[in-house]
Amino acid sequence: MDILTLILEPLQYAFMTKAIMVSAAVGAVCAILSCFLILKGWSLLGDAISHAVLPGVVLAYIIGIPYSIGAFVFALLAVFIIGVVKSNTKIKEDAVMGIVFTTLFAFGLILISRTVSSVDLMHVLFGYVLGISDAAALYTMIAAGAVALVVLAFRRTLLLYCFDPIHAQSIGISTTLVHYALLVLLAITITASLQTVGIILVIAMLITPGSTAFLLTKRFPAMLAIAVCVSVVSSVIGAYTSYYLDVSTGGSIVFIQSMLFLVAFAYTLLHTRLSIWRA
Amino acid sequence: MIDKTKHAIEIHNVSVRYRDFTALRDASISIPHGTFSGVIGMNGAGKSTLFKVIMGLVEPSHGTVQVCERSTHDAQRLGCVAYVPQNETVDWDFPVSVHDVVMMGRYGVQNIFRTPSEEDVAKVSQALHRVGMHEYKDRQIGELSGGQRKRVFVARALAQGADILLLDEPFAGIDAKSEKALTDLLLTLKEEGKTIVLSTHELTSLSEYCDHVALVKKTVIAYGPTHEVFTRDLVSQTFDGMVHRIRFAQ
Repeated sequence: MDILTLILEPLQYAFMTKAIMVSAAVGAVCAILSCFLILKGWSLLGDAISHAVLPGVVLAYIIGIPYSIGAFVFALLAVFIIGVVKSNTKIKEDAVMGIVFTTLFAFGLILISRTVSSVDLMHVLFGYVLGISDAAALYTMIAAGAVALVVLAFRRTLLLYCFDPIHAQSIGISTTLVHYALLVLLAITITASLQTVGIILVIAMLITPGSTAFLLTKRFPAMLAIAVCVSVVSSVIGAYTSYYLDVSTGGSIVFIQSMLFLVAFAYTLLHTRLSIWRA
Repeated sequence: MIDKTKHAIEIHNVSVRYRDFTALRDASISIPHGTFSGVIGMNGAGKSTLFKVIMGLVEPSHGTVQVCERSTHDAQRLGCVAYVPQNETVDWDFPVSVHDVVMMGRYGVQNIFRTPSEEDVAKVSQALHRVGMHEYKDRQIGELSGGQRKRVFVARALAQGADILLLDEPFAGIDAKSEKALTDLLLTLKEEGKTIVLSTHELTSLSEYCDHVALVKKTVIAYGPTHEVFTRDLVSQTFDGMVHRIRFAQ
């Protein structure tokens, strides 16, 4: 079998083209957001929000509304609870986040065990992009496109917020507004990514591409470009891998992302060693 | 032109409370235009809070604040006050160049997408020349020395067109030569009419460049010309007596 048939064969199935397109879109938007999250130090917050949406997904399933609405509501609820608890105790933010997201996740597990089958549970936790419905695929693409557009349009303000919020405030930019805007964008991205990689692995999509790019460049525009390339390539190869090896798509995508991170990491290690040796 | 008879900063009876902690109580200070003021006090004395009040970052629970004869909100909108952060609070690995950081000084006057105009680029370039950092404009900020890092943020303040420069511990972690270069730069800016306010622990050289001194200990104990305020009695009161090795004006 030559390489062209290897590439084209899966594309004759509508579910595969759909899966590849959705994965690539999710990969791109997560990569863009990941650049801001890792610079802001919000990795744990992303993890917290993604876990906290579980009860929202299950409740949406029970009521019969689109699961993304339920997920979005619980994402905002998690952010709200974290904010309230943090500003009223002396407990540090990471501990507050840990308590809040595990509580909501546990509540989701309880709900899920009473209502849906274990197969559906697997799909929520680990994604099932090969079985995505047309409506869900459309929603994911629109949400991903909209978030990517907004983040790129306001990238300079978002970057300033991550870099020097005090300066931002001192020239009259409302950092509270930017803060919540970034949180809402993060929440939308997570709900849009659920079907592709699932609740557990979405955080990888939101940390790894940005981290890989951060290792390779000192310029933010380049960082964005590298992160998107790394992530989209991982998504596409991941989708093919899952087709040919009959393994989890989300797992494949994230694993390939991690391998690319490892390559970048090894490269930077080698690079510094070489420059020390040359000097 | 700047009216030197008016005050750049006027704070009257300001108190700031954080939850169950009073950071400043009944503090008043009037800083004239075109002066170079040093703010000194122990850690936690309220120096940072005083800066935040001037920048409009904290709302006083009591008292009034005027910056350039305006409310802090208007002063923010017009970019009157620029803040130069402490070196240790900046993430020097951040993927931004010297030029990028100075351009952030222009964000206040740009459109919501912060697209740089030709004027913005010109002002950034001018500011970088002014502090002698133009040849480093494409460097990532972590690739600079401590003194150069400070000058980048001063350039950002100039690009912003601020009348008042607030510098938080600018001499922490930089060598004596860079400190001299920085104070020389700030002194020329003062001659051009800027109002310089810096907080410092560097009491030994303070009187060489500051024409005014503010002593802070949960309030402004005293503020005025250096030779009147920077005295053994008053400084000793500010630092609970720990001042034996400093040479004073009197």
